[in-house]
Amino acid sequence: MILQKEIMKSEKNTIQTENAEYTLMPVGESAFLLRISGCMDHRCAGSMFKRLLADVERLRPSLLSIDLSQVTSMEDFGIAVIFELKRVTKTWGGIVEIPGTDNRTEELLKMLPPEHFEKAASFFKQESPGLLVRLGGASLQTATDLRFMISFVGSLFLACMHVLRHPGRLRWGNMILSMEKVGVDAVPIIALISFLMGFIMAFMSSVQLRQFGANIYVASLVALAMVRELGPIITGIIVAGRSGSAFAAEISTMKISEEVDALHVMGIDPTLFLAVPKLIASVIVVPILTLLSDLFAIMGGLLVGVSMLNLSLRGYLDETLRAVTPFDVGWGFVKGAAFAALIAWIGCLRGFQAHGGAEAVGTATTSSVVTSIFLIILADSIFAIIRTYWG
Amino acid sequence: MKARPIIRVRDLQAKYGETLILDRIRFDVYEREILAILGETGSGKSTLMKNMIGLLQPSRGEVIIDGDRITGADDEISHRILKKIGVLFQNNALFSSMTLAENVALPMREYTELPEQALNALVRFKLTMMKLDGYEHFFPAELSGGMKKRAALARAMALNPRILFFDEPSAGLDPISSAELDFLIDYLNRTFGTTMVLVTHELPSILRVAHRVIMLDKQTKGIIAEGDPHYLKAHSQVPLVRSFFNRLTEADVQRHR
Repeated sequence: MILQKEIMKSEKNTIQTENAEYTLMPVGESAFLLRISGCMDHRCAGSMFKRLLADVERLRPSLLSIDLSQVTSMEDFGIAVIFELKRVTKTWGGIVEIPGTDNRTEELLKMLPPEHFEKAASFFKQESPGLLVRLGGASLQTATDLRFMISFVGSLFLACMHVLRHPGRLRWGNMILSMEKVGVDAVPIIALISFLMGFIMAFMSSVQLRQFGANIYVASLVALAMVRELGPIITGIIVAGRSGSAFAAEISTMKISEEVDALHVMGIDPTLFLAVPKLIASVIVVPILTLLSDLFAIMGGLLVGVSMLNLSLRGYLDETLRAVTPFDVGWGFVKGAAFAALIAWIGCLRGFQAHGGAEAVGTATTSSVVTSIFLIILADSIFAIIRTYWG
Repeated sequence: MKARPIIRVRDLQAKYGETLILDRIRFDVYEREILAILGETGSGKSTLMKNMIGLLQPSRGEVIIDGDRITGADDEISHRILKKIGVLFQNNALFSSMTLAENVALPMREYTELPEQALNALVRFKLTMMKLDGYEHFFPAELSGGMKKRAALARAMALNPRILFFDEPSAGLDPISSAELDFLIDYLNRTFGTTMVLVTHELPSILRVAHRVIMLDKQTKGIIAEGDPHYLKAHSQVPLVRSFFNRLTEADVQRHR
């Protein structure tokens, strides 16, 4: 009641906001008159509501009489403010009365039933499903995903067979454009990263090998690691990030804007039209990129060997050629081609799986990169096992 | 007595690069009226609307909305103007990752401090007004074309703007959905006194809802006719206006002369 006395002393408490004003006046024992003037629109609800609510909560009136006679324009936001005051006042048993409302307010009060403001269920709080439901949902989704993946492999295989029988059906221009985008445009980034990888690898290994006077083996270490393992993997990861995501984004946008449906109804196989040129282009250019990656990594190692380990240019290259066999280079080539097929397959698959709106494009793109990288590492492990048993 | 002009377009010229699209466009939009901007495809209707809402800047002239010049306005003025207008885009521009309720609540959350329950009630009110009650949890992709259009209208009306702009509102809608949308446009105009500017070439809609029209001409890049659509349909002597309102080819008009 101290607060009430304070207000009694100052007679009234007027707060002015952006385009509305309210005055809270004591009119009796725990009874207040709230006079609102100005425009009760969203700006009023935005700037006045919190202060008004705080004042009312402090005073806790048992009777709050709201005078709206000086309101110049009443909107649904104003009604919302009144109903909120009613709801809050009700919590301590208070009553809100609105004597003499104009036609506009009456009309809005009829349109906005009070029970809507009391309804507990919110549109914005979605009920989170239980763990079991989510687990079940995820399992079903994975099964559907797997089925789609397998059927898409079949679809791609059939489309490739069709192209082998009818080479004229392949969109050669589009394939060459894809080769440029996947291959030529990726050369600078692959060259730079591979060069730095070779440089770092040589630099780090030299610290240990120098202690045993085995500097020369830096050359074979860099060459073997890059040609057999890291070259194809680095190239694969870069291509997945650059081109796999681009495939997914392009096809998912086409799917959402019904361009894929348009191909269907024109009797054109979307897999043949969209995916096959990308797949063939990737399978052709990624092994070449892998080879480039190997060469640039060796150049990185060479720079360290010649400038820091006192190795001769000839000596370094001889050791590199001694360590790496043509089979290793071919093996890297095969790996590059396999990784390219995986990247193109997943990129196109995620694109075709997209549905909904703009968000689906983002999901497809992210998913294509994550799945591609996972599959590249998985495939590399399989290649390593095969290589071990092959001898 | 004529109402106060709420939008003034003065000697507006619009270009795309060096191509002249609109020239010497001058008209007013009055408070509480429904004005339709008509014209053939490529006559610059959408360009004019984009200039009016500040998405494009005219190469010459100005647009004044409720006393503030939107052409070249600084951030503060621009923000003040944008609070007064709502836009229904041709492709609805609903956020696909949000439900209808979230789409409508977005501007309310941005500009008010009302609690969730009040927002809930206001969203329900807006959606009920658009005959979309029960669809609060639906995503835009799950709705028909007409429903998407009404949901976009609910979002455009979220803050009760004084002026609503519509870019081809009936495009792609069936006659029933189109008529329902026309009814809503008329209802919102009568109930809330919202000024409406429609860019359209849907003749039935124009005749049903527009109080006044301006017609753009592709050849002269200017306004070829202005006035009551029913009057223009019956009495205009301008061949292009007659062919537009009576769905005739130019050859038909020549023949009837």
